[in-house]
Amino acid sequence: MAWRTMWRALRDGPATEPAPAADPLLAESLAARLHAAAQRRLGRGLAIRQVDSGSCNGCELEINMLGSIVYDLERLGLRFVASPRHADVLLVTGPVTRNMQDALLRTWVATPDPKFVVAVGDCAIDGGVFKGSSAIIGGIDAAVPVDAFVRGCPPTPSAILEVLCTLIEANTPPPERQRRM
Amino acid sequence: MNARTLLLTATAEPCAPVPRRHLDGAQWAAFAAALAQDPSLELRAMWADPLSVYAVFLVPEDGTVMFASVPVELGLYQGLSPARPSAVLYERMIHDLWGHTAANGLDGRPFLDHGNWTATPPLATRPLPNLTAPEPKEFLPAEGEGLHRIPVGPVHAGTIEPGHFRFTAQGEIVVRLEVRLGYAHKGTLGLMLGKSPRVAARFAARLSGDSTVGHAIAFARAAEAAARVLPPARAEALRCVFAEIERIANHLGDIGAITNDAAFALMQARFVWHREQLLRATETAFGHRLMMDAVVPGGVSVDLAAGGEAAITQVLDTLAAEWDTLLATYDNSASLADRMVTTGTLSHALAASFAPGGFIGRASGQEADLRRVPGYGHYRDIDVQMLVLTAGDVDARVRIRMAEVVESARLLRHVLPRLPEGALIERLDAISGEGLGWAEGFRGDIWHWVRVEGGQITAAFMADPSWRQWPLLEVAVEGNIVADFPLCNKSFNCSYSGVDL
Repeated sequence: MAWRTMWRALRDGPATEPAPAADPLLAESLAARLHAAAQRRLGRGLAIRQVDSGSCNGCELEINMLGSIVYDLERLGLRFVASPRHADVLLVTGPVTRNMQDALLRTWVATPDPKFVVAVGDCAIDGGVFKGSSAIIGGIDAAVPVDAFVRGCPPTPSAILEVLCTLIEANTPPPERQRRM
Repeated sequence: MNARTLLLTATAEPCAPVPRRHLDGAQWAAFAAALAQDPSLELRAMWADPLSVYAVFLVPEDGTVMFASVPVELGLYQGLSPARPSAVLYERMIHDLWGHTAANGLDGRPFLDHGNWTATPPLATRPLPNLTAPEPKEFLPAEGEGLHRIPVGPVHAGTIEPGHFRFTAQGEIVVRLEVRLGYAHKGTLGLMLGKSPRVAARFAARLSGDSTVGHAIAFARAAEAAARVLPPARAEALRCVFAEIERIANHLGDIGAITNDAAFALMQARFVWHREQLLRATETAFGHRLMMDAVVPGGVSVDLAAGGEAAITQVLDTLAAEWDTLLATYDNSASLADRMVTTGTLSHALAASFAPGGFIGRASGQEADLRRVPGYGHYRDIDVQMLVLTAGDVDARVRIRMAEVVESARLLRHVLPRLPEGALIERLDAISGEGLGWAEGFRGDIWHWVRVEGGQITAAFMADPSWRQWPLLEVAVEGNIVADFPLCNKSFNCSYSGVDL
């Protein structure tokens, strides 16, 4: 019964694993972009809107694992939101198909600035195996500007989580500013 | 003459493992008419090439696979949708991709083509430049007092694939749902042309990521049949292992997601945790969490790594240890049962006429499972047990999936310690031929067809079972409340990319 599961959770501790470290180089460059744009900081919590612009659903399988108790995205201040209007980050998968180009662009426009776009998976980088098809326009940056890429077919949940942690890192105010606040 | 006899009297074209019956226009018209009187032939897939239209039928009683084709004359052929309503989506797709029109088809609206492609029809011998602007999509009407429409998608609220759902609701009751797909159309079939089967296998493995093994097996079997090659025994056994792991992993994730859609987070937490452990064990055993590109024409590309069997067995043991608790939680939670039972019911009659296959069929009294009938590969040597229920609701589909998890775990424990020794892959020579391949993915029956000339693919099709499952979802959701749609949708879990091609 449910009680047994809860008792086991109390006895064995959480199933959630430590989060991967942020990539310092990428964090620095993303922070620099925020500075350069003189944009308001997004804060430590990031709202993510996932957009499938034509993937095979392999990337969605792994993104869905981020919400599981093993990776538990929400403890890091990251959460998936239902509308692009609530989002700070667009997590985009797949090559951009001609049939999704308009929807992706509209989603991007609906997301308030400042925003990050993360392209997830080999298809999202340059079309992947579908490169050269007349039914796609290319990778995600053929439609909207991209801030970070995650390689892999599909990328593992840890690889995706690492980039998301890096986004948080880029948003964290530098120490001197933190003291003043 | 009945439909079966009509097929057997037609010219047999060389195709392995079943000959293709090439009917002329008159024979095909007689066949289509006979089909309406003969429910024993289940339409399992339909597609085209620039010259002909093809259809695959299965006779579930004796496992006979029948393969038929008809030449297209002046862009027209006799459609099968009057006799088999499940042909509607195939006919719309054939029109969008090859430009052939079903003369008497029930629905002539485009499906995959949204008016955005540069040249149409993309797979015709000579596509013409598309100079017109996209037109607004046309949806089926619903009439009555106080109806309102809810358009959803292609960008959804959750992490799922792109598709457009047009609900017509009265209050919170769904009166009509229409699904419009094609958003994930990547031109996959076109990319396969001119490539060798070995190269094109990468596309088969990426038609629908959750069924990457299932589609790769069906494609490999089609290519092997065309080349008259049999994969080694060890490869066949490993394919069976891959397929059963994929089945368990998908069912675990989906059962978790379904219970989560009923706001029962505890079960999701546990089921998805087990899924993650299985994916990690799979990476240890075969080097990739989803086993993409592990199956290739001729055999398999990876062997079982040292420690792989122990890793997988350990995950199955952990799952088995918790299984009764999970099942009891599911059985004894009234709040869960309230959402699951009698929700999204699919009737026997509809299931029989559409032959959806997989757990959707098995939850509505349909026994079909390609692993048992007609059987293929390693499944011919082992006994697959399965559960058939008749309720046809979300609960029945969840229970079938749970039973399949237990059965697939049993199969893994049986096959893994008895893997035959020997080679992993057989060479495919660059010869010409035509082959049909099938496999039972976690969703149901997958059919692949290739025609190879001098080692290059000149025509191919990859048929996901979702073609016949999407229309049934549209019906199953009728009369339910809008808020239960996610539950119904996840309990079907049809592939978007799998039909978008």
